[in-house]
Amino acid sequence: MVVGRTGLGKSTLINTLFAAHLIDSKASKKSSDPPRQTTEIINSVTLIEENGINLKLTITDTPGYGDQVNNERCWEPIVKFVKEQYSSYLRKELTPARERRINDTRVHCILFFIAPTGHSLAPLDIAVMRKLSENSNVIPVIAKSDSLTPEERLNFKKRIKEEIEFHGIRLYPLIDTEEDYNEADRIEKQLAQQIRDTIPFAIVGSEMNVVVDGKTVRGRKTRAGIINVENEQHCEFVHLRNFLMRTHLHDMIETTASVHYENFRTKQLLALKESNGIKNTSANGNDTG
Amino acid sequence: MPDISSIPVVKKALNGYVGFHNLPNQVHKKSVKKGFQFTLMVVGESGLGKSTLVNTLFNASLYPNKENREPTLDSPKTVEIQTISADIEENGVKLKLNVIDTPGFGDFVNNEESWKPILENIESRYDSYLEQESRVNRKKLVDTRVHACIYFIAPTGHSLKPLDIEFMKRLAHCVNLIPVIAKSDTLTEDEISAFKSRIMEDIAFHKISIYQPLTYENDDPETLQEHKDIVSKIPFAVVGSDREVDSNGTKVRGRKYPWGVINVDDESHCDFVKLRQMLVRTHMEELKEHTIEVLYETYRAKKLIASGLTETIHSTANPLSRFEDERAAHEQKMSKMEAEMKAVFQQKVAEKESKLKASEDE
Repeated sequence: MVVGRTGLGKSTLINTLFAAHLIDSKASKKSSDPPRQTTEIINSVTLIEENGINLKLTITDTPGYGDQVNNERCWEPIVKFVKEQYSSYLRKELTPARERRINDTRVHCILFFIAPTGHSLAPLDIAVMRKLSENSNVIPVIAKSDSLTPEERLNFKKRIKEEIEFHGIRLYPLIDTEEDYNEADRIEKQLAQQIRDTIPFAIVGSEMNVVVDGKTVRGRKTRAGIINVENEQHCEFVHLRNFLMRTHLHDMIETTASVHYENFRTKQLLALKESNGIKNTSANGNDTG
Repeated sequence: MPDISSIPVVKKALNGYVGFHNLPNQVHKKSVKKGFQFTLMVVGESGLGKSTLVNTLFNASLYPNKENREPTLDSPKTVEIQTISADIEENGVKLKLNVIDTPGFGDFVNNEESWKPILENIESRYDSYLEQESRVNRKKLVDTRVHACIYFIAPTGHSLKPLDIEFMKRLAHCVNLIPVIAKSDTLTEDEISAFKSRIMEDIAFHKISIYQPLTYENDDPETLQEHKDIVSKIPFAVVGSDREVDSNGTKVRGRKYPWGVINVDDESHCDFVKLRQMLVRTHMEELKEHTIEVLYETYRAKKLIASGLTETIHSTANPLSRFEDERAAHEQKMSKMEAEMKAVFQQKVAEKESKLKASEDE
């Protein structure tokens, strides 16, 4: 899922990440288009293949988020959607005659786009990140980070990390308090820490090609020079891609299932028990109300 | 008595040298001696580079770097209005510059009515001038009216946001509104053109009357061309920088990225130069004139008509009597307030006394 205000390059980043034009920008095309009154949820499902491995990718776009003059509760449709997927999974899980492989529509990862102001997080960002991180894996990224000089980027990241910690927002990867059983665990922990240090990823996206040193790469040709999306000196796109796709894709799915979904399930079943206790009827596990 | 304004004007040719061709120089001397004054307002969401741009425009550190404050749970709840003044000088010409910042605009979760404090501030400045203008003694007129308002648009590359439209619609009719695209170094050439077209479309669609610099028929072709160049760039895609960076051996005002350097003063890099030209070099007087002769007059007329005065500001033949009435009313109010305060004070004293007495008795 991608969450962020209009014009932060969400669609472009997704298309850059998966090296294919998967989604279109949902920005308004004409002046006469009426502005969105609420956050919409738009899903698209794509099947992609790399080296014989098939991936069914569902992208949830959230146009309208943060775009209105009054953005109170603009996050509600998003949280509702995330919970609905858990709900539907739970229902299927509890069915006596359930499918062998339940179609998993749960949101495994939410990319949260932060505007590159260079100052600090907006009040809306803080409120929404907190709400979302209670329900799913949230990975904050600094959008259009080519607007920041290296020094500004460093300060901005530091500031964002301070605020995230101050407000108690728990991001992915979650801190693992288990013991180190062996070298592999320790290495994994180190890697997780490294990632936590890099977050938020300062990214630049592009579907356009530019020529750098005779090679054609994806990038942007601005008036200052040519930005190469894959150049680690220019932005952290490569880090994000490695993290999301190469190393932690499976772990995110697992964490969604074992942590976030389980939390949801526990809360639901407890609430169910209480309400059944009050109603004094025999427990009927199919009703998740 | 014959009315002078009804005498026909006759044009005559000169037969010899007179000398009044030196009038512009006389005006120039007086103006330089008097000094100039300009009030600029900047509006836009946090982090769009407003303070940096102001520093860049006037080549002075008017705004210090924003200090990094500790993250805190409480945040301001309303849009603030902060004014700073600076006296700057160039080639013997003095300029008293007032810059009004509007921190908080667009930064809250709910930004409804965030334009209100700003509109009220502009109007209160008109009110203050109106009041001074109507005084008996007008020797010391202090003009705090806003001559231009720069509105910062975030470089989304798409279109204007609902908040942008709302603000500009409400303020365009009472202040000279100059929209700029902030932090435009993040956009490519194509993105900037597309964005500019779309912004102008949005502005036209919503009938927002932004500031349009005027030309005069008598202007020379060079000025006319310069004017055309400026107008074609609106809204200006700006980049601000108040520090110098190294670009191929020379020091320039700009921003240094791993992929290159943006030079603020280079017209092929951004429209900063055009903005400065319009705002400071060529159109400052015109902006002031438009504020004084058009915007202020419109406001004044509306306000006075609304309060029931149509012909002249003094409805009675004797202008002094109005002030007498006002003064009498004011004095009455004052004495009433004084009496009330005295009564409250006495009551409190009595209470305290009775309390003391009670504790003494115990």
